[in-house]
Amino acid sequence: MASLIEIRKSFLVSIWFMFLTFPIMVIRVNTVENVIQWRWNNMIAVGLGSFLLSFVWRYLIRRKEQGVQRQEESTGLRRSIFQRIGEDRRIFLPGLTVAAVAVVVFPFLVSMYQVNIMTTAFMYIMLGLGLNIVVGVAGLLDLGYVAFYAVGAYTYALLNYHFGLSFWICLPIGAGLGAVFGILLGFPVLRLRGDYLAIVTLGFGEIIRLVLENWNEFSFGPSGIANIPRPGLFGVAFSLEAHSRYIYFIVVILAIFTIFMVNRLQNSRIGRAWLALREDEIACQAMGVDKTRTKLTAFALGATWAGLAGVVFAAKTTFINPASFTLWESINILCIVVLGGMGSITGVVLGALVLVLLPEYLRAFAEYRILTFGVVLVLMMVFRPGGIVSNVRRTYQFEGPDSGDK
Amino acid sequence: MDFGGLRAVDRLDLEIHCGEIVALIGPNGAGKTTFFNCITGIYTPTAGDIRIHPPGRETKRINGLKPNRVTELGLARTFQNIRLFHQMTVLENVMIGRHCRLRSGIPGAVFRPPHTVKEERQAVMDSYRILEKIGLERFVNDLAKNLPYGAQRRLEIARALATEPFLLLLDEPAAGMNPHETHELDQLILRLRETENVSILLIEHDMKLVMSLSDRIYVMDYGRKIAEGTPRQIKNDPAVIKAYLGEEYVA
Repeated sequence: MASLIEIRKSFLVSIWFMFLTFPIMVIRVNTVENVIQWRWNNMIAVGLGSFLLSFVWRYLIRRKEQGVQRQEESTGLRRSIFQRIGEDRRIFLPGLTVAAVAVVVFPFLVSMYQVNIMTTAFMYIMLGLGLNIVVGVAGLLDLGYVAFYAVGAYTYALLNYHFGLSFWICLPIGAGLGAVFGILLGFPVLRLRGDYLAIVTLGFGEIIRLVLENWNEFSFGPSGIANIPRPGLFGVAFSLEAHSRYIYFIVVILAIFTIFMVNRLQNSRIGRAWLALREDEIACQAMGVDKTRTKLTAFALGATWAGLAGVVFAAKTTFINPASFTLWESINILCIVVLGGMGSITGVVLGALVLVLLPEYLRAFAEYRILTFGVVLVLMMVFRPGGIVSNVRRTYQFEGPDSGDK
Repeated sequence: MDFGGLRAVDRLDLEIHCGEIVALIGPNGAGKTTFFNCITGIYTPTAGDIRIHPPGRETKRINGLKPNRVTELGLARTFQNIRLFHQMTVLENVMIGRHCRLRSGIPGAVFRPPHTVKEERQAVMDSYRILEKIGLERFVNDLAKNLPYGAQRRLEIARALATEPFLLLLDEPAAGMNPHETHELDQLILRLRETENVSILLIEHDMKLVMSLSDRIYVMDYGRKIAEGTPRQIKNDPAVIKAYLGEEYVA
């Protein structure tokens, strides 16, 4: 229980916080009357608040440490709740059905605003899963991922503007160009690792953005491209509302397609090579894995999904300009992967939902929105450093010499 | 092999015949591991030739080939400081060794046609057989990092064997092992030569192991070869005793 030591610790914390926040919370200079206002009750509020919060904090930390100990004591493979759900068909199948029904019914129950938010969330699932191949599975820290997203978006916008190509034709072209640019980025960074790789990819992302911003003849510069048509369906005319539902379903289908593809890729010979590459590059190569090819496929296949998502993005917003493809966007997608759990598909899906939906629904907090969001992120990383779904990579479970399945 | 002005390996002629166990010994820093790295493509030698003659195939010069090509051609190695894929299971580690003998690419991964499924199943079975041979089958689903030290060393050998080599290069396989584990390793290496039809080149500091296993021994010091011969000849070679045994193994 709260012993004397605990109280003393919390007391010190609250004193410290009162001291730290003193200049901003207590002193206010009234420039009109040239007097200083001393807001002492603010100080009391800070003191009490930090006193209580420090108790909660230490309680949570203690619980976390006990959790770690318990895991170390328990023998056998560590399983997370998500993995158990995934394995138990009695929970998994009905759960999946409910989720599927919810996804289908959702756009008919809520406002267009909500549908658009969900569409964005699903787009970020695609982006997250794509980046997950590069960062989570192959272990190549890519900070310029948004470049491929921009490539996809501009592919559709420009091809449509110049040649009038439709959304459905541009979708595979955007994906393909994404992959090509993935390889283009891949070549110069083949020898780089870790921090160096991060910096070069960051530069690459910025180059693409700056080119789009400054090459007026090609990309119409900062003013962007407007009036990009929404995707059609055999010439059927849609109302605006029906259109957002239509795009919603396109994105849902593409996201499911992404999940399917990424899942298959991860559980294959190539996926294994990516994992090995992340673990130890030298050993990987010495065991006969072609490092160059494996890295390039990781970059290309990761970028493909960004290209795809980019085309959808252009079609959804009907207007794009380079301001949508800043470094912040790359970091956001990286956050999805890290927060969700590196290398885990379920994790990335959850991470995308949390990171897109949370800031939207935190709008109720108005000016504290981003602050709250930051606090949530920090708390997440303290209490679940491996991400929402950590360490649940599905491994080959060998059952016996006669049933070699996974 | 030069690094800038430093000559790390200097005119080392070394021959390994089919089915031989050859040891490369020498004091720390003599250039043994550098020599390994040259052969396996991690470094490109600045001068000299490395030629291989795989059974039933043409002689081939392998200087400057990438490590994965060298492995494909039939040279597989282990590392002095264990380099397993720690977050992968024991079976998956061995399956990475199978990688260069499998063919399925991206379409295979996505569509999973029957031949890819068959290939994958075959890879699992082959990997398991190798684990059985090395005696690691009870760890099959464990993560590599959770294995006891001796087992990790043997897993490296298993992973190397999975690439179907005709020459196995072992870099200090017995380092850090207790006498019991070393003895097991001794038996394992002899068994591998019999059943797997591989030649073995090993770097080792454990003289008991070296003397009992090797058909021939090469001794290096300061990047140069100072002696070669059977274990008996090496034991009595004055140059070796001076450079190496004389200091550490005063009988």
